[in-house]
Amino acid sequence: MWLKFEPRAEPSRLMTYLSPLLAVGLMFLSGLLLFWVLGKDPIEGFRVFFLYPMRDAYSIAELFLKATPLMLCAVGLSVGFKANVWNIGAEGQLLIGALAGGWVALRFEHSTSPFLLPAMILAGAVGGMLWAAIPAFLRTRFNANEILTSLMLVYVAELVVSWLVHGPWKDPDGFNFPQTKVFSAAATLPLMLAGTRVNIALLFALGALVAGWVFMNRSFLGYQMKVAGQAENAGRYAGFSARRSVWFGMLAGGAMAGIAGIAEVSGPVGQITEHISPGYGFAAMIVAFVGRLSPIGILFSSLLMAVLYVGGEQAQQYLSLPSSISKVFQGMLLFFLLGSDVFINFRPRFVRRRK
Amino acid sequence: MGLDFLSSILFATVVAGTPLIIVAVGELVTEKAGVLNLGAEGIMCVGAVAAFAVAHHTHNPLLGILAGMVAGMAMSLLFGISALTLMANQVASGLALSIFGVGFSAFVGKPYESVALASVPLVPIPLLHKIPVLGPALFNQQGLVYFSWVLLGAVAWFLYRTKAGLILRAVGESPVSAHSIGYGVVRIRYQAVLFGGAMAGIGGAFMSVFYTPMWVEGMVAGRGWIALSLVVFATWRPLRVMIGAYLFGGCMIMQMFVQGSGAKVSIPAQFLSALPYLATILVLVLISRNRGTIRLNSPASLGQTFLPDA
Repeated sequence: MWLKFEPRAEPSRLMTYLSPLLAVGLMFLSGLLLFWVLGKDPIEGFRVFFLYPMRDAYSIAELFLKATPLMLCAVGLSVGFKANVWNIGAEGQLLIGALAGGWVALRFEHSTSPFLLPAMILAGAVGGMLWAAIPAFLRTRFNANEILTSLMLVYVAELVVSWLVHGPWKDPDGFNFPQTKVFSAAATLPLMLAGTRVNIALLFALGALVAGWVFMNRSFLGYQMKVAGQAENAGRYAGFSARRSVWFGMLAGGAMAGIAGIAEVSGPVGQITEHISPGYGFAAMIVAFVGRLSPIGILFSSLLMAVLYVGGEQAQQYLSLPSSISKVFQGMLLFFLLGSDVFINFRPRFVRRRK
Repeated sequence: MGLDFLSSILFATVVAGTPLIIVAVGELVTEKAGVLNLGAEGIMCVGAVAAFAVAHHTHNPLLGILAGMVAGMAMSLLFGISALTLMANQVASGLALSIFGVGFSAFVGKPYESVALASVPLVPIPLLHKIPVLGPALFNQQGLVYFSWVLLGAVAWFLYRTKAGLILRAVGESPVSAHSIGYGVVRIRYQAVLFGGAMAGIGGAFMSVFYTPMWVEGMVAGRGWIALSLVVFATWRPLRVMIGAYLFGGCMIMQMFVQGSGAKVSIPAQFLSALPYLATILVLVLISRNRGTIRLNSPASLGQTFLPDA
């Protein structure tokens, strides 16, 4: 017997939605296996990693806190991904957004103006867009591959952050730690729920999901980008500008990542350090794919990804495993999703192997 | 600047360029078969940690290289299953491999972070290493440096002087034609992917066992991605990979240049560290701006999924 994939006449809608669930199921199974291989009780490991992050109201609030930057980045990236614009540098755009918004906070550290926060967020979005504009410009003007250039800029952004917090922006009273001054109260995002760390950035993220949905499903440019992504030639013959898709896809990703960055430093982090983001920009790509590039999907997949992040912290605390186990699960999830997606376009069939 | 200094700069450039050559040549073969594997970074990380662990436990750097190679092949097999058998998007599959590899290596490598490895002695080539300046720089090197040169020659010969190489290129240019005259496109692509994985694994092994020699999370630092860019820079020609790799190697040790030149300029270390990444962007722009160059030289089916029964 031999497993064969036969093309379907039409992509299966059912499998489009089932495939992420199948991928999550496979991830759970391999999680059990992984804990067993590591010499831990698989059931206990599963409980600590996947269920502890949801054990009480505070934990669930933490999930929303972690899901916020993921949602923002993922919805921005999904716009580009739909048009096959591969911005994989959201992490760098997030960092530059944090720097741009953070600069406003530090420059006007004594300000108590209600316009300070909006100015910071605007600066964050602009910072992220500027960083994303570099690969967009290089792609449209010089045909340079945006995958490689946007990724290279992540490393550059990390080094810029490192330089600023070790040098010009270092807090003079900070005992020589590589970090800036803590942002003033006026430059800190207000909390949404007392007793938790969830701040109003969650509302921006939810707003971004709505905006993303409207753009993709109700605007002409969104439609053009979808066509360009699904049938490049059709888009070209219809006269849709590929250049505009690249620019818009990149800038949308950059703006959202920039807002995610400033929301982190004026929220849970509270200052600029070298550890603003535990790879949110990269995890957001997985969030976007698992969420089927749709805002509603991204809402759920960002919460799932938040579970993986918090689960890693729990595993470190209760199972004494390195917290990087989160990234192992993230990678597995994307692999399982890509694998499961075969069922969308193909029907599995067992055939007798020809001799 | 003394001649000794020049020689040591040359030596360091060659060492820094070597993992790039090995990884880029592997990726070049993969891409020549029409497969874009963006997972090189992840494969390097896993190769590095596997090699380090084995070299640490067995005290044998050669077994370390072997382990890196096997780990690299295992990783690329994952990519193959996803992108070739299950026909998933190659870009997404490669990204998945990179994310997984970086995370997996950090996870597995945690216990090894505080361990040091004895440095591996250099291998002088008789007579040649006595040439002034060039001798100590080029012919008293790590064994893998010589390997990278042999590899370059062998791959150039394989691709352009053997029938198997011709078939591999045919698969990359037009998988449908190759399939229709009876070549197993998916099988050949698997072989190319595994070769690329093996080389990326060895490149990672070089980093952790010979170059530093130690394991720290993040030590691969984008070299896998730079190697991918090198393939574009080389316009898919093996010997040009070498020029590019040493150019980048030079960029990576720029710090040494600055210190050695005795210049009194104070440039933040981060700027010098950013140079290889900025240089990568620059060369991508310079090569890609001529659309014709890219279109003429890149394998025609690069990145496109092949459906066996279509």
